[in-house]
Amino acid sequence: MPDAWFSHHPSSPESTLVAGGVWQLSTLATLIQEIDALLPQITTSELCIECDTLKSLDTSGAWLLQRTLLRLEENGTCCQLKNISPEHQALLTYVQEYGQQQRKEKVTNAWLANSLVSIGQSCLFSWNEALRFIAFLGHMVTTTGRVFKNPALMRVTATLHHMEMVGIRALPIVSLTAFLIGVVIAYQGATLLKQFGANIFIVDLVAVSILRELGILITAIIVAGRSGSAFTAQIGMMKVNEEIDAMRTMGLDPMIVLLLPRLLALILTLPLLTFIADFAGLAGGALISWITLDINPILFVQQLQTVIAPSTFYVGIIKAPVFAAVIALVGCFCGFQVSGNAESVGRRTTTSVVLSIFLVIIMDAVFSIFFSEIDF
Amino acid sequence: MLGEEYIIDVQGLTTRLGEYTIHERLNLTVRRGEILGIVGGSGTGKSVLMKTIIGLIKPSSGHIRVFGQDISALSESERQMIGKRWGVLFQDGALFSSLTVAQNVEAVLREAYSLPRDLVSELAALKIKMVGLPPEAGDKFPSELSGGMRKRAGLARALVLDPEIVFLDEPTAGLDPIAAAALDELIQYLQKTLGLTVLIVTHDLDSLYAICDRVAALAEKQVLVTAPLDELVKYPHPWVQAYFHGVRTREQEPQAMDVN
Repeated sequence: MPDAWFSHHPSSPESTLVAGGVWQLSTLATLIQEIDALLPQITTSELCIECDTLKSLDTSGAWLLQRTLLRLEENGTCCQLKNISPEHQALLTYVQEYGQQQRKEKVTNAWLANSLVSIGQSCLFSWNEALRFIAFLGHMVTTTGRVFKNPALMRVTATLHHMEMVGIRALPIVSLTAFLIGVVIAYQGATLLKQFGANIFIVDLVAVSILRELGILITAIIVAGRSGSAFTAQIGMMKVNEEIDAMRTMGLDPMIVLLLPRLLALILTLPLLTFIADFAGLAGGALISWITLDINPILFVQQLQTVIAPSTFYVGIIKAPVFAAVIALVGCFCGFQVSGNAESVGRRTTTSVVLSIFLVIIMDAVFSIFFSEIDF
Repeated sequence: MLGEEYIIDVQGLTTRLGEYTIHERLNLTVRRGEILGIVGGSGTGKSVLMKTIIGLIKPSSGHIRVFGQDISALSESERQMIGKRWGVLFQDGALFSSLTVAQNVEAVLREAYSLPRDLVSELAALKIKMVGLPPEAGDKFPSELSGGMRKRAGLARALVLDPEIVFLDEPTAGLDPIAAAALDELIQYLQKTLGLTVLIVTHDLDSLYAICDRVAALAEKQVLVTAPLDELVKYPHPWVQAYFHGVRTREQEPQAMDVN
């Protein structure tokens, strides 16, 4: 005997059905199969459903019974429940009051319209986002103006805290990565230069690529991934917890409390990090030159001093504050744009990292063109 | 499983979080089909007790038997089986923030049983309506709802599997009196028609008077006393007296006790 059944009555199969057993969520899957198989066969205009073997009913089971009755009535079959216990009847009435059968929606095949709509929506979103970013920049500039007039507004402790977080804490990973980049460049260059016997030019290769481009770029990318995302997540969580609203009601300007310390901290520390990265990259290059090309470190440094002009170093380091500003602004902007829930924090954090790395690389390209035009 | 007198039986429970002892040799029993209220001052571990019973917090010692099974001795799959038989409403609803209310409720059904799609959404809509949410609330995300609505959505999710026990952590906190009364009525109705057992942590004296069969008072790391409310208020313990006879306690009319 199964746990629950819905079937023809053995004595009068035409006009009577039996609903019996345990009509509960756990038996619903089998019941609905029986019901779906049985319903199309029913053509009579009147039907009696015998419920004397119905052992127990929960709200889900009651809804299934109610729904079956509704479906039968739609097909023009008038139903009557027989021998149903008062409790079960009460539950059915309750469910009848609250439940509603889902109308089958027609699935329209409008993928073209839908995709056009989504393209339009994302264009509008980007446009609005750009407007909001411009407004954010404007707000930042006026706030900075106010702080210049009244430097006491600047949060020194917070700034120092963020300098520690984005600067000192990033030192190991930044210097290790830059060191390895130096190693890789020297290795690749060494095999090539050896063929021409131009071993000593390894110094030029390593120094120019690290100092001009790679030192700052690697540092900026790591800091964007490390600190830009942290800015977004911190500010975003504060937004979700209504901490930013609370701040406003206390007369604190989130721009001054949250943005400026992060911005200033990053602008101050990214050049320093870049300096360390340059140093680590050169060290990596020097090590490999020594191992593969037998250029000892003293020779490496002497060559460095003779062939590399200070401007090569400046080209790299000048970019650092600009990249820092880009990373901090994008990170904080995305944080302020978080709305509602934790998922939004995650989405915005991803956007923040991708966008700031992308912008850093674009800015780098712009700088390259600019420096080559002015022959720096 | 039937015929057992106590559906929840906690014996000699000691819970420590870090170096704090929350409960010490605590005993609590819940009978099948009753509504048991748990009261206690803030920080006395009411929520911790609830979480310990449902197995989210491991007790340091003691036995917790739910449906006659020792919770701490269960394997992961047995715990999942038992999880289908109870529903939990957390303090702030604890809805999945990336799903709409309807999806939140449907997700539970989908995970537990394989049912046709339209039936799943009908059952979810039924539960959403039962807890007093408007039908359009189903398509909203939890962040778009007020605290009270989130709580009711959480209750809909707790009830969707037609559980035998429902654990409610402050279900009426933050609700307006009308909504709170409606929720009390719903809980009591379900308890009557489905034989639900309800464990309810609350500070709402009206709820306690209106629906609880017995109330357990939690203080000094133990359950001081478990008794029907009219007996409990006479219990000669200073905290109980302060709780039930304080300034905030309005004189409850006698008919408030037999609202059905």
